[in-house]
Amino acid sequence: MINLSINNLPVRVKKGSTILQAADKIGIRIPTLCHLELDCFTIENRMGSCRICVVEVEGRNNLAPACCTPVNEGMVVKTSTLRAINARRTMLDLILSDHPKDCLTCEKNGNCELQRLASEMDLHHLLYEGRQSKYDIDLACNAIVRDLDKCIMCRRCENACNNVQTVGILSGVGRGFEAVVGTPGLRPLSETKCVFCGQCVAACPVGALTEQNYKYNVWRALNNEKKHVVVQTAPAVRVAIGEEFGMAPGEIATGKLVAGLKLLGFDKVFDTDFAADLTIMEETTEFIDRLKKNENLPILTSCCPGWVKFLEHQFPELIYMPSSAKSPQQMFGAVAKSYYAEKMGLKPEDIVVVSVMPCLAKKYEASRSEFTRDGVPDVDIVISTRELADMFKEAGIHINKLEEQQFDSPLGESTGAGVIFGASGGVLEAALRTAADWLSGEDLKEFDFEEVRGLSGIRDTTVKVAGTDVKVAIASGLGNARKLLDRIKSGKAQYHAIEIMACPGGCLNGGGQPYIHGDTKILEKRKEAIYKADSGLSLRKSHQNPDVIKLYDEYLDKPGSKKAHELLHTHYTPRKNW
Amino acid sequence: MSCHCDEQKPQELNLIEEFPDKRKKLEEYIQSLDIGNNREKNRGLLIQSLHKAQDIFGYLPLCVQLFVADKLKLHLSEVYGVISFYSYFTDKPVGKYKIHVCTGTACFVKGAGAVLDEFKRYLNLEVGETSADRKFSLNSLRCVGACSLAPVVMVNDKVYGKVTAKMVPDIINECA
Amino acid sequence: MFDNIDKLSQRARELRAPTKQPIKVMVSMGTCGIAAGATPVLAALQKEIAERNLESSVKLVETGCMGLCYCEPSIEIENTQTGKSIIYGNVKPGDAPVIVKNLDGAAVGVDTVNRTWYYPELEEPGEQQLQARIVLRNSGRVNPERLDDYVANNGYQALGKVLTEMSARAVIDEILASGLRGRGGGGFPTGKKWEFAANQESDVKYLICNADEGDPGAFMDRAVLEGDPHSVLEAMAIAGYAIGAHEGYIYIRAEYPLAIKRLRIAIEQAENAGLLGKNILGSDFDFHIELKYGAGAFVCGEETALIHSIEGKRGEPTFKPPYPAISGLWGKPTIVNNVETFANITAIIRLGAAWFRRIGTEKSPGTKVFALAGKIKRVGLIEVPMGTALRDIIFNLGGGIYNDKEFKAVQTGGPSGGALPASQLDTPIDYDSLKALGSMMGSGGMIVMDEDDCMVNIAKFFLEFTLDESCGKCTPCRIGNTRLFEMLEQICEGNGTEETLTKLKTLALTIKDTALCGLGQTSPNPVLSTLSNFADEYQSHVKDKRCLAGVCTKLISYVINDQCVGCTLCARNCPVQCIAGERKEQHVIDQDKCIKCGVCYNTCKFHAIDRI
Ligand SMILES: Cc1cc2nc3c(=O)[nH]c(=O)nc-3n(C[C@H](O)[C@H](O)[C@H](O)COP(=O)(O)O)c2cc1C
Ligand code: SF4
Ligand code: SF4
Ligand code: SF4
Ligand code: SF4
Ligand code: SF4
Ligand code: SF4
Ligand code: SF4
Ligand code: SF4
Ligand code: FES
Ligand code: FES
Ligand code: FES
Repeated sequence: MINLSINNLPVRVKKGSTILQAADKIGIRIPTLCHLELDCFTIENRMGSCRICVVEVEGRNNLAPACCTPVNEGMVVKTSTLRAINARRTMLDLILSDHPKDCLTCEKNGNCELQRLASEMDLHHLLYEGRQSKYDIDLACNAIVRDLDKCIMCRRCENACNNVQTVGILSGVGRGFEAVVGTPGLRPLSETKCVFCGQCVAACPVGALTEQNYKYNVWRALNNEKKHVVVQTAPAVRVAIGEEFGMAPGEIATGKLVAGLKLLGFDKVFDTDFAADLTIMEETTEFIDRLKKNENLPILTSCCPGWVKFLEHQFPELIYMPSSAKSPQQMFGAVAKSYYAEKMGLKPEDIVVVSVMPCLAKKYEASRSEFTRDGVPDVDIVISTRELADMFKEAGIHINKLEEQQFDSPLGESTGAGVIFGASGGVLEAALRTAADWLSGEDLKEFDFEEVRGLSGIRDTTVKVAGTDVKVAIASGLGNARKLLDRIKSGKAQYHAIEIMACPGGCLNGGGQPYIHGDTKILEKRKEAIYKADSGLSLRKSHQNPDVIKLYDEYLDKPGSKKAHELLHTHYTPRKNW
Repeated sequence: MSCHCDEQKPQELNLIEEFPDKRKKLEEYIQSLDIGNNREKNRGLLIQSLHKAQDIFGYLPLCVQLFVADKLKLHLSEVYGVISFYSYFTDKPVGKYKIHVCTGTACFVKGAGAVLDEFKRYLNLEVGETSADRKFSLNSLRCVGACSLAPVVMVNDKVYGKVTAKMVPDIINECA
Repeated sequence: MFDNIDKLSQRARELRAPTKQPIKVMVSMGTCGIAAGATPVLAALQKEIAERNLESSVKLVETGCMGLCYCEPSIEIENTQTGKSIIYGNVKPGDAPVIVKNLDGAAVGVDTVNRTWYYPELEEPGEQQLQARIVLRNSGRVNPERLDDYVANNGYQALGKVLTEMSARAVIDEILASGLRGRGGGGFPTGKKWEFAANQESDVKYLICNADEGDPGAFMDRAVLEGDPHSVLEAMAIAGYAIGAHEGYIYIRAEYPLAIKRLRIAIEQAENAGLLGKNILGSDFDFHIELKYGAGAFVCGEETALIHSIEGKRGEPTFKPPYPAISGLWGKPTIVNNVETFANITAIIRLGAAWFRRIGTEKSPGTKVFALAGKIKRVGLIEVPMGTALRDIIFNLGGGIYNDKEFKAVQTGGPSGGALPASQLDTPIDYDSLKALGSMMGSGGMIVMDEDDCMVNIAKFFLEFTLDESCGKCTPCRIGNTRLFEMLEQICEGNGTEETLTKLKTLALTIKDTALCGLGQTSPNPVLSTLSNFADEYQSHVKDKRCLAGVCTKLISYVINDQCVGCTLCARNCPVQCIAGERKEQHVIDQDKCIKCGVCYNTCKFHAIDRI
């Protein structure tokens, strides 16, 4: 342990702590901008580049960046001397001198760490002005917008993309004033191996990286008399959207969310969880088949489009491994525009399927050509949790004040197995619940596979499924996925089933979720909420979902049938590794 | 919502396919390096490989970057990030005559600024540009260590010392 | 193959034995010498010697350089029997006959040059000998491409001593006792650095020689590497032994092809001779050296950036701690030392710390090599004891100001240093005095400026350099220096105000206080030092909108007065043809078209053009 003093208060911290951490311990918040720590994933961006966190340390001739200066025994730190405060204000002033200051029309307005700092430091007038960086805005893909004029060079995105996700398309480019974070040749993301996981967006403190925003498309659809507009909401949305409306992190907002969506004017409000149950039916069938034949193992889950694209680019040789089952979002779209359309007597092209997703990759997924039939996409518009919250706000809907409502039928019923899709390990657990019942032919009472839950990057374990040992592994975050795949490729490990989610922690930490600004306790709460939602339900196994059973009876025959394959399965294509 | 997300082919000339002999030379060089399983150690071979590649091809267009990235098992972004950082590397074609005006301190105080301005004016090029006929590229550089001859201009490997603005047309005319 | 130290000493004795060729003709063949035309001189001398059948008594040696850049090509003729030597400068191929004819005396009509240096290892200083050569002891005297030449001059004796007689600890103690401070700029005690690294427990440690020499106008490391590469290799092996490293890298800038070539040759020779590689001199110590190339980035001289560059990354510095000695190359304990630092090591080991401390000052023992350039008569390399006064260097060794103009300032420490005015010329040069004046020792570049230089413009030049070379990582350097530069631009264009000056100073001080690495922390030095030493020049730019040195083009114009006799010379020379006038009539300059290049001003022989 190390003893030091900060602003004349004694502090005792672990060796290796930084001044920032020590100050935090006694309730002093030193402002930061480039620093980002996600402790539960041991992810840290410690660039020391913005210099907004400088403090005075006795005996040092220059100021010390609190975020990366380790504490020493007997260190004397002053965080609020005039010298430190002036230096910080100058740093902010300089950053703003190379910044568009478009807050009022900025996607990040109200959620921006730079804006918040400016408000806290209250500069009143800016001293410095001069040349500003100018880059083309990258609007070419339908998931992410990159407006580098707003970039402050914190490198948090680079860390997310290269170190956490190991997708590796971002790098510092150029140097000096011309330095910027960019793709090779500053090409648009759409021409790279970006998987649109949106982890860079989640990391960006400012409005340089944001989602492609489709709110207005939804407004237009909702106001089009000729269209029948249905909405599906993903499992992870309900445990996060409340944060935007003053609900405590971890408060489950399912009923209020449904009520809000109805108020917005959707013709039907459905649940992606229904489709998640459907996914389990198909995927588990395929899994049991492969397991029995002992071929093409392990089976990899395929419901995360970010992960699928990662595999297509960087591990094309393993392309046979993922389950051919579509993701819940796409299954939902396919069923909505076939079974549901027929049931309602509507033409597929007259239905607009809107998805609310915690995810930016889902925007891209919906636009993949595999998911279009006769020129009609299965899913028309994808908005993120954040975009939906914005729509509610624009419409003056404070969901926290609404009476809870139920999802509509027939695509609204779901089980606990569908809910847990939102957390890392959930898809696998849902599949195991069904596989165990099917293999044993019983309705087993023990189906909480606690060992596959958690936020840690890679978990592997052997679970008993109807008496047989099934070796499973779970990875969340593509860097962890890469480690796992390397292990499989080299033959160092053998598994039967693997779940991979692109985002660290799974969809609850998706690139489209409300920003957490480094507060990982929020993620823990979201995770707890998901499992609480699951355990609160009476039906917790996908194959027991009555609407799913009805869908097979009325339309699809049985899991793995020809019709099911036509509608609910897909294929993968190797892509360039750059 | 339409999909724009499928990767596009690079529009540039593919030097790697165009010049198999050069490709072979580069390939042999990289293979002669001690490439192992340690990704980080392989990365240590990047800069020398890029030096070699630029020696062979004259510049480092996308196809060459991809080739090097692939051989060293690195991400393209890692290669591009490096190329864009070091002023020695360029991903743009260069002229037959590479004019470098030293703008190091010694040359600056002896009037390199006026010499550079005159080259810019005379060739109608900015620093870092190449003439449309690919004959001349104009660049500045920081000290070749021949400060006694300041101001110094290098055209390819030839050093001109004690250059004045007046000498500029002659130097250019010497490039037959 | 030297598999023990005795064989090496034996060989050295053989090589030192009187030869049949008592006369040595040494031709300075550094980059600068070659650029100035040393190659044809060498050929002419060779031809002349052959024609006179003198090959048996005269040995022609291609050496690195003596540092006499101002009079390259230069040669030295030494009679090893009498010990007499003579140096010629500005040698032309046509001088070869008279030189070879008068090998003992002075060749008439060829410039002779005084030797202003002595070799503390061999002799006591004479009257004129302000220079003491330790680092440059072999440069200009040995053929850098021949291992034998180095061996004959006590080469690899220090390494032999270390491997046979000294423990690693003893080596470090010797270096600590010598008080040697890093010559790369910071002046950190070398022994301490080694001690840190030696104390780290690690399976692998690395040693790096910093040969990036990025400071423009500084070329002493180049001269050492071109002129005496083995001394650096030997010192690296010694350092490796001291800290427990078996792998060394020399990070050298790609702009130095000749130094690279000579290093390659030297490494190969040393490996073949058992002086590098496995089981050096028959001991169980292994040490390998590999070359790594820079690619044009000044910031890569900063040690963390340099390490990233060797790792194949962008040369962006990272925050210290952790220091490289704890976690450096590939996360292993690493020490980085400058070329010149290494070039001191072998002498210290051979002759002892006490000997070394006799030269220089108490706090900065030893010598320092400086590269004199700019508006000085004798541009070149000098090596002086620490503590020598600036005035001695500039006016004595440097011969004073070029064209006998007025001295204005000397910039030490390159873009990180400061401009010292005439009033500070009596400063003894060492790390601490220079720092106290707001400048830096830096790597040893010294750029002299005269009355024709505008100090605001000079500050702007250095900032432009910094901007160009900044890695762009941190706010104060990326944006702050851009703003400083823009303010200087305003001042030079006549748009500055008193407030600009205040802002300039405040921001410069904040950048020093906040920047991440040494580049940013020192980049405002040229601004701050000129602001305080040449305040009047800033004032005249800001208040009177005048550039007294006549440099800032926006603040000057050229006008033809009635002295003009209409000779048309200026009109013919104006690059934009904006001077009009009939022959024998007064000419006029079209002010709208004039680009203020000053050509007319310098060509008119009748003082008919005013710069106002
Ligand atoms: C911007 C910058 C550039 C530098 N350039 C050089 C250089 O070209 N050569 C050098 O030896 N040291 C350079 N240094 C100093 C090195 O970081 C390092 O301190 C030095 O190599 C250590 O060697 P020494 O202890 O032997 O001096 C530079 C430092 C900075 C901050
Ligand atoms: S990024 Fe932040 S500070 Fe910049 S314009 Fe947007 S909201 Fe304002
Ligand atoms: S904060 Fe100020 S500038 Fe912004 S909207 Fe409100 S009043 Fe206008
Ligand atoms: S979306 Fe994901 S893959 Fe794409 S740039 Fe961002 S972090 Fe990288
Ligand atoms: S894009 Fe955002 S996250 Fe990336 S460096 Fe810029 S400001 Fe930081
Ligand atoms: S983990 Fe979830 S949120 Fe993240 S990319 Fe995959 S599907 Fe989208
Ligand atoms: S001070 Fe300049 S060179 Fe150093 S890290 Fe900051 S931006 Fe890079
Ligand atoms: S200063 Fe140059 S451009 Fe102007 S008149 Fe004189 S020669 Fe011509
Ligand atoms: S050179 Fe001088 S004298 Fe001759 S025309 Fe020009 S101004 Fe007149
Ligand atoms: S938060 Fe510490 S330097 Fe940016
Ligand atoms: S500054 Fe131009 S050669 Fe050194
Ligand atoms: S003579 Fe070689 S450095 Fe000048």
